[in-house]
Order: sequence, then structure tokens, then C-alpha cells
Amino acid sequence: MSNISSSQIFTWIERYAAQIAEQKDYLTQLDAAIGDGDHGANMHRGLQAILVKKADLQNTDIGALLKGVAMTLISTVGGASGALYGTFFLQASTLAGGKTELSPREFGSLLEKGLAGIVLRGKAAVGDKTMIDALQPGIKAYKDSIESGETMEQALSKAVSAADVGLSSTTPLIARKGRASYLGERSAGHPDPGASSTVLLFRSAAETLC
Amino acid sequence: MKKLINSPENVVLESITGLGAAFSELIKIHTNPNYITRADAPVENKVALVSGGGSGHEPMHGGFVGRGMLDAACPGAVFTSPTPDQMFEATKAVNGGKGVLHIVKNYTGDVLNFEMAADLARAEGIEVEAVVIDDDVAVKDSLWTAGRRGVGTTVLAEKICGAAAEAGHSLKEVAALCQNVNKNGRSMGMALTSCIVPHAGKPTFDLPEDEMEIGIGIHGEPGRTRTKLKSADEITEVLLQPIVEDLPYKSGDEVLLFVNSMGGTPLLELFVVYGKAHEILTRQGIKVTRSLVGPYITSLEMAGASITLLKLDDEMTKLWDAPVLTPALRWGV
Repeated sequence: MSNISSSQIFTWIERYAAQIAEQKDYLTQLDAAIGDGDHGANMHRGLQAILVKKADLQNTDIGALLKGVAMTLISTVGGASGALYGTFFLQASTLAGGKTELSPREFGSLLEKGLAGIVLRGKAAVGDKTMIDALQPGIKAYKDSIESGETMEQALSKAVSAADVGLSSTTPLIARKGRASYLGERSAGHPDPGASSTVLLFRSAAETLC
Repeated sequence: MKKLINSPENVVLESITGLGAAFSELIKIHTNPNYITRADAPVENKVALVSGGGSGHEPMHGGFVGRGMLDAACPGAVFTSPTPDQMFEATKAVNGGKGVLHIVKNYTGDVLNFEMAADLARAEGIEVEAVVIDDDVAVKDSLWTAGRRGVGTTVLAEKICGAAAEAGHSLKEVAALCQNVNKNGRSMGMALTSCIVPHAGKPTFDLPEDEMEIGIGIHGEPGRTRTKLKSADEITEVLLQPIVEDLPYKSGDEVLLFVNSMGGTPLLELFVVYGKAHEILTRQGIKVTRSLVGPYITSLEMAGASITLLKLDDEMTKLWDAPVLTPALRWGV
């Protein structure tokens, strides 16, 4: 099975930026229903800031690339999303220092490290109606698939499906974290905006990393 | 949308630039990342106070930077938490060697970003404590939510703790005092009209001409109930009763009564609310010994008001009375 190169990692982020740009208004609309209506605009601002740094980020190892992505998100997105997505990439970067390629298994460990960082920072669990509802099952599906000897393509495709199922599961939930939790029962009936942008992260990976 | 702005993208930077120009003897504006410090920062051998939050609540927090209150404030985009790089740079800029207290309003974004900034500062050897203000009784306090929002008590905590820092208290002492102010402060607000976030360009929520929202948040988050508009006296009762019952404030207590405008409500009306609140408290044997009335923690142009009560002890009263010299609060100097 072939490894993932640092240029593929940047292409992944570029594709993610394009998908966020495309879905910006939809994400904002989801957020307006149960949050403060800025998720799409904030994510878009952060990812566009990453693209501006393309020249610097492309010619470096995966650890530095992911750290650059993290710091840019942290300093430009704001709100909870900037801190949480930033923490995800920052923690992931710690396992990729000096590396110019990753095996599919190593990539899975990076994702898990990122997830652990988000859980620690946001103190949320599956079922709280947050991005973790899509992220956790997506990563698990990817890891299980790689462990059972399937290809990168199969693993990422399963990750996208599992994240999608996770996203759908947020719709009936009552939010327990973030601004949506102020709504109590009124938060039920709407999908979580953070889980929606997380699905795009897997979808862009499936389109670029295999 | 009818607003006195040039563009939604530049409104925060242009506003803090103007604030800095108007009060250049008191404060200094830093950009990239954006933060505001006392003109004489860092003050050696004094605990430094840093706060911040989304813009749109002016004069909070930038208007409270100065002697006897905050050492630095970090303005985020409108209604969006500032970022850790702003808080980290502000913390470094004001650290006078006695540690830095972060005063954080309880919103998920603010809390997470301040936590990251505190981690960064501690990694550089700066002693940092953080106190989260969560005084809004409109929100059910529960392990299953983000908890109560931080509102009016934030202003009072920044004044009182700023005075304690100025008086030479240690970081641990100022942090404990801040916790104590939070523990004894309760607030609730209401809206007559919605605010309009500049980049959204339309009202955050629809509120019919004859209705009001009780328990509104300072970002236009929905409150407890939406009802038909009532008289100022009735609205004051509706806001004050849950506040008094929540702590509870009892006969014989000495309190600071803070009546705040959400931005669009004039002083003429605020004092009507203040008068009624004072009368209700006095009738219950609660002694109003200090007061604050005006637009201090606003929500853009939203019409409405909030009431905050703080149960005072002798130390807090003394620190409240201590000199303060900031763009928005100044006395005793």
C-alpha cells in the first residue's frame, strides 16, 4: 500500500478549503438555527488564510505543515471552532515532525491524536451534539478498515460513510455543549454545524489521499 | 441595514483605532494581533488583568483598560471570541512579574481560546490564573449545558479586581476575589428589539412590535420567554425577582445595583428601571449601597436593559470606591 506524501496532505487541506467555500452559506445557515450563525464564514476565513501561505507550507515536512495549518486556524477562525480544529491539527502535527510521508496506519494515529486533543480541550463526548459525533466514528472506521488490510480508498470511503451517519445522529440530539446548549430542547431537530464541517474533512481526504 | 460604518470587515479595527486616538493618554492600541493595553504597561510588580471577548459590547472591554481596572483587553470580531495569539501577546505585554489574571466570560469560544492562551503563556514561564464569570440567571445552570453565560457581573469584577491588583494584592488573592465577586453577582436582561450584526446585515432575531424577549443574551441568544410588551415597572419586577431568588439576596444584605443598557435604550428609560428596582429591593430590606447606571455591556444597537445585583462586603465596597481611570469608568482621580 502506498504512503501519503506531504504534498498530498496539502492537497487535502486545499480540497477542504474548496469544500468549505462551497458549503459556507449552508454551514452558516445550520449555525444560525442553533448557534450564532458564523460557522461557515469563520471556517472559510481560516482556510483561505492557509491558502495564502501555500508557498511556505508546501515545501516543508508534514509536522511543520500541520502545525502551520493549526496555528493559522487558531489565529484566524476565532470562536470555539478555531480552537478545536486548531487543536486537532496541532496535536496531529506532534506525530509527524520531520516526516515527508506517512503510512496509512501512521495517518490513522495522527487522526486519533488530533481527536484526543479535541476531547481534552472541548470536554465533549459522542452524543453531546458536537463535531466529535462525526469525527470519532469516522476515525474509528478508517482505523478498523486499515487494520483489516483494506486499501486507503476503502478505508477513507468507510470513514466518510461513518462520519455521515454520525452527522445524521446529531439531528435529534439535544445539545450539551457550546452555544446551542442554551436552547435546550429547541436544539433538537437540527444537524450540528461542527459535525457537518467535519464530514467535509473526511470527504476531502477521500478525494485526495488515495 | 442602516449603520454608521465603512465596511463590516473593518469596523472593529477602525473602532479600536478611534478609541486609541480619543484616549491616547490612557491606552495604547496594538494591531496584528489586535489588543489594547494601558499606556504605561507593563506596570512592574503589579498583578496584571487581561480580559477580552467578541466586539459589539462596547465599552466592554477596551473601555475598561486603564489604571485601577484592566491592563489589557482583546477584541474579537463582532460577537466572536478573540484568538489565543491576541491573548498571549496581550499577556506578555502587560506581565509585570507578579502574574496575570484572565477574566473570561463563560462562552465556549472564549473559554477554549483563553485556555490555549494560558497554556502558551505558562510555557513561557508567566504565571497565569483564569476566572470564568457565569452570572446570567436566564440560563439553567446544569452539567449538561455550557452553563450560565457571563454578563453584567464581568464589569463589576473587572473594576473590583483591578483595584485589588492596584493595591498590591497577589495573583492568588486577586483570583480568589474575582471568584467571590462572581459567586455573589447575578444578572438578567431583556430585549425590546434585535441587534444587527454588521456582517450579517439583518436582525439576529425577529421580535414583533408588541413583544419582548425576557432573559436575552448579549449576542441576541434567546432567553426564557417571549411575552407581550409590558410597562417598565412590570419588566423590572420580571427581571429582578429571579435574580433576587437565585442567590438569594436577603433582607439586611448590602448590594450594588447595576442597571445596564443593551445599547439602544436611553438613560431616560434606564433610570425609570433603576428607580423601580431600588424601590423593590428597599421594600424587601435589601440595602442598595452602591450603583451603576448606563451602557456598559451592550449588544450593538439592541434596545433593552439588564439588571445585575452584587452582594457587597466591606472589602468589595472599598475596592469599588477606589480610584479608576479608564475611557469608560473614572472616579476618585
